[in-house]
Amino acid sequence: MSKNQFESQESSITDFDPNLAADVLVIGGGPSGTWAAWSAAASGASAVLVDKGYCGTTGCAAASGNGVWYVPPDQSLREAAMASRETLGGFLSNRHWMARVLEQTYTNVNQLAEWGYPFPTDDEGKPYRRSLQGPEYMRLMRKQVKKAGVKILDHSPALELLIDQDGAVGGAKGINRRTGRRWAVRAQAVIIATGGCAFLSKALGCNVLTGDGYLMAAEAGAEMSGMEFSNAYGISPAFSSVTKTLFYNWATFTYEDGTEIPGAGSQRGRSVIAKTLLTQPVYAILDRATEEMRVAMRVAQPNFFLPLDRAGIDPFTQRFPVTLRLEGTVRGTGGIRIVDETCATSVRGLYAAGDAATRELICGGFTGGGSHNAAWAISSGFWSGQSAAEYASLLGGKANQRRLEGVGEAALQSKSSGANTLATDEVIQAVQAEVFPYNRNYFRTERGLSASLDRLHSLWQEIRTSRVVADNEIVRAREAAAMVATARWMYSSALERKETRGMHKHEDYPQLDPNQQHYLLSGGLDKVWVKAQPLGRGAEDRGKGEIFQSKILDSTSKIGVAL
Amino acid sequence: MIELVSKSRCIECNLCVSVCPTNVFDSVLNGAPTIARQSDCQTCYICELYCPVDALYVAPQSDRQTTVNEAELTATGLLGSYRENVGWGSGRTSTAKTDQTFQLLKHLK
Ligand SMILES: Cc1cc2nc3c(=O)[nH]c(=O)nc-3n(C[C@H](O)[C@H](O)[C@H](O)COP(=O)(O)OP(=O)(O)OC[C@H]3O[C@@H](n4cnc5c(N)ncnc54)[C@H](O)[C@@H]3O)c2cc1C
Ligand code: SF4
Ligand code: SF4
Repeated sequence: MSKNQFESQESSITDFDPNLAADVLVIGGGPSGTWAAWSAAASGASAVLVDKGYCGTTGCAAASGNGVWYVPPDQSLREAAMASRETLGGFLSNRHWMARVLEQTYTNVNQLAEWGYPFPTDDEGKPYRRSLQGPEYMRLMRKQVKKAGVKILDHSPALELLIDQDGAVGGAKGINRRTGRRWAVRAQAVIIATGGCAFLSKALGCNVLTGDGYLMAAEAGAEMSGMEFSNAYGISPAFSSVTKTLFYNWATFTYEDGTEIPGAGSQRGRSVIAKTLLTQPVYAILDRATEEMRVAMRVAQPNFFLPLDRAGIDPFTQRFPVTLRLEGTVRGTGGIRIVDETCATSVRGLYAAGDAATRELICGGFTGGGSHNAAWAISSGFWSGQSAAEYASLLGGKANQRRLEGVGEAALQSKSSGANTLATDEVIQAVQAEVFPYNRNYFRTERGLSASLDRLHSLWQEIRTSRVVADNEIVRAREAAAMVATARWMYSSALERKETRGMHKHEDYPQLDPNQQHYLLSGGLDKVWVKAQPLGRGAEDRGKGEIFQSKILDSTSKIGVAL
Repeated sequence: MIELVSKSRCIECNLCVSVCPTNVFDSVLNGAPTIARQSDCQTCYICELYCPVDALYVAPQSDRQTTVNEAELTATGLLGSYRENVGWGSGRTSTAKTDQTFQLLKHLK
């Protein structure tokens, strides 16, 4: 398939051939998906990118903006950057992978500058490249992807993967949300870049992120890793979606009566906020920001102030109620397991990148502040695109004549006939009731997790035995199935990790247990499984010996803070 | 949530229909788009950026509907305020260019 064949097609939304073929198919068009598509095309492959929303505006980076783990190639700076998060992450990260990500991110962010991203200059007149404003960044990525000849299908969520007779992945099928037309794309290799799962919590930009890619990958036989690290919560004004957290570093948190909540804070004191919210409202005021900072803050993150301005609140002088919204694996670290440096999954022809892939390799069990997330999306996206292109060229064009079969089941096929139609909204509310509450997910107990799992397993049964919904509801139904599947891997993994490590806080086992310094793999659909996996082999081992020794917790490090 | 498509301002370009990540709008032949699936709105404010004539208003409340008054929003300068504050649109300088995050991080303890 030549690239030109794609370029000639104009409208990306409604007007395309519903049966396409390409060397590489990228599912998801956030940072990781756009970097993947761009690097696949740059490696000579023809590529199609499909997104549930509109590539360039959708995904959490577009709406929110990203601080980036951008560290110049200076040995001591990079060493410090790597060491700074190892404790927080519970010693599950890997120096070899961190070094790779730092290097690739540095290169690619410089590429952004070449493409014309309007980076500011610092007070020494040097370009400052550690912060990306979301809408600007993703508009640029869309432009570059199109320029590289990638065919973009917007509003076209993938519903299931296609596999060949040997079990290798060979494309995907989906639907166009605007026209209702089904589509299919055959491809030698497929990259899952569908982001994480935030369970429709309305955290900023996150409602397109429902774990679809996890479900599709699992149906093709892929494994998850680190799904216990899935309870990230972002602070937002109670009425608002804006879970931008950096500025809460300069906040005072108070009870209803105005007295300060001891220990409450944005980074280390977030669990105190969660504990307090279980019984009473929590208020914030950004009174620790100096006058001079206040001006800079408005320019740095206009979207932080937007809801407050519109609600008539001056956050520097007036306190406002805050809440914690679940961001799940978006700013958690669990995701599809990748097996080598190419970002391949355990299924042939299938790659994973960004939030869809596990981020434990560079963050362990905690992302702390952000930055690593954006860096991971850029790097893993880039690598997966390149390797998928290579794999596709080895396979050759004939591969697109393979006999393929869709492997999607949940909400696409029913195990029994004549039952009730799936009550999608009820299923969604039910899964949210298990994963939103702080006393189930933020603070975990064996009893709570087991009780939730019982209910989640029966929800899954309900999905599997209900009658399939009509096409106009199929996307939501698949999202519901993906969220239930994700929650089951999350809590099954959480039950197995009988300790507290990274963001996984287990009330019954409040200490870190050195004997559990391993990854937890999980998977399975009708029957969920979890197993331990040692930290690393081969190249990955290089980092391992150092992990327990480098306990330098550099909390003053300014490299890598969440925006 | 999205609360307003101003009929008087809208030039029917349908950009909002295209760019909304959660497919909230429906286009209308010879008319301004409708808010067809308001409860799907994720309050990301993206549509406001892309609307060339500041015809859209996203209220800050993400979990409930509110009533808005176009004349009031215009008078208080809230219609189009996000676009202005980010420096989005022709003739404006993107705040990405003047981003002062590095200054702020110096204050981070
Ligand atoms: C409020 C907020 C602030 C953040 N701040 C920072 C920060 O300062 N620093 C940092 O490093 N990280 C930050 N992050 C995290 C960072 O934004 C993500 O790690 C990053 O966007 C991941 O990129 P991605 O491409 O993997 O996923 P996303 O950007 O989420 O993109 C996933 C894409 O997949 C699409 N998709 C989903 N399902 C399907 C389907 N079935 N078919 C087709 N397409 C599908 C979605 O529409 C979306 O476009 C923040 C996140 C949030 C929510
Ligand atoms: S705020 Fe976001 S989700 Fe809501 S209508 Fe606008 S673009 Fe769509
Ligand atoms: S983007 Fe603005 S002008 Fe264009 S159709 Fe939507 S509301 Fe109307």
